[in-house]
Amino acid sequence: MKVTVNIVRRPDIADPQGATVARALRDLGHGAVRSVRVDRSIHLEVDGDDPDQVRAEVVRMCEELLANPVLEDFDVVVEG
Amino acid sequence: MTRIGVITFPGSNCEHDTVHALGLAGADAELVWHRDTDLAGLDGVVLPGGFAHGDYLRPGAIARFSPVMGEVARLADEGRPVLGVCNGFQILCEAGLLPGAHIANRDLAFICRPVEVEVVDTGSVLTRAAEPGRRLRIPLNSYEGAWVDPTGEGRVVLRYTDDPNGSQDQAAAVANQEGNVVGVMPHPERASEPILGSDDGLVLLSGFVEACREVKV
Repeated sequence: MKVTVNIVRRPDIADPQGATVARALRDLGHGAVRSVRVDRSIHLEVDGDDPDQVRAEVVRMCEELLANPVLEDFDVVVEG
Repeated sequence: MTRIGVITFPGSNCEHDTVHALGLAGADAELVWHRDTDLAGLDGVVLPGGFAHGDYLRPGAIARFSPVMGEVARLADEGRPVLGVCNGFQILCEAGLLPGAHIANRDLAFICRPVEVEVVDTGSVLTRAAEPGRRLRIPLNSYEGAWVDPTGEGRVVLRYTDDPNGSQDQAAAVANQEGNVVGVMPHPERASEPILGSDDGLVLLSGFVEACREVKV
């Protein structure tokens, strides 16, 4: 099954990359940009038939390795 | 002789400098491969700088699962001195042996220059031999060098005097509550003899070696 993990930096942690991209967009004339956050997504193919089971396993992968709980929250989307 | 292991991961690049500098500080230091799981006979360990496992995913994220890390955690629990320098600091945070985590420097620049740090807490294995308030000049060499700790559990033992990277509380070195596990972002081993421009790092490394010697009973 195809699974996408979206890893987002928690709102209370600074995102210097997002701030720099926001500045660059405003410099290009996109004055409407209020803020930018740059996040990461990870795409996996995982063996299994039961979406709930696959999801639960990928959640464990996030807790173990893919996301750092000090900095990041994550969201797992099983696409079938 | 005080024996200190310098853990080498694929991608470490400061391990030989660290062995050399620990030697100047009076230790018998040796390289330990990250797949070794027997640290018997070592009085303390250092995780050196570099880019362990390519820094893939996040710095330290994969290194924390290297086979040696179980033993490093055991030594830390026993109260033995454990020091992480730069990438080693990032690994100790990922492994949960130190609180917090690292993000990119505030100005998104790779910083490679000597910085000044002030000794603010001498209750750690790294800072025990330095006088409180002493200022040291030590090279900083990192991109993801800004430490953040939403829990507030970290004990800042060295503080930057000029805030080069946006690190929380201007922390340059952080210890656990017990003071036996320390991470430092600038490189004391690169300031360990006058020919390098500064030997200010030697007081830190000497204190660390002393701590390792005392634990040895």
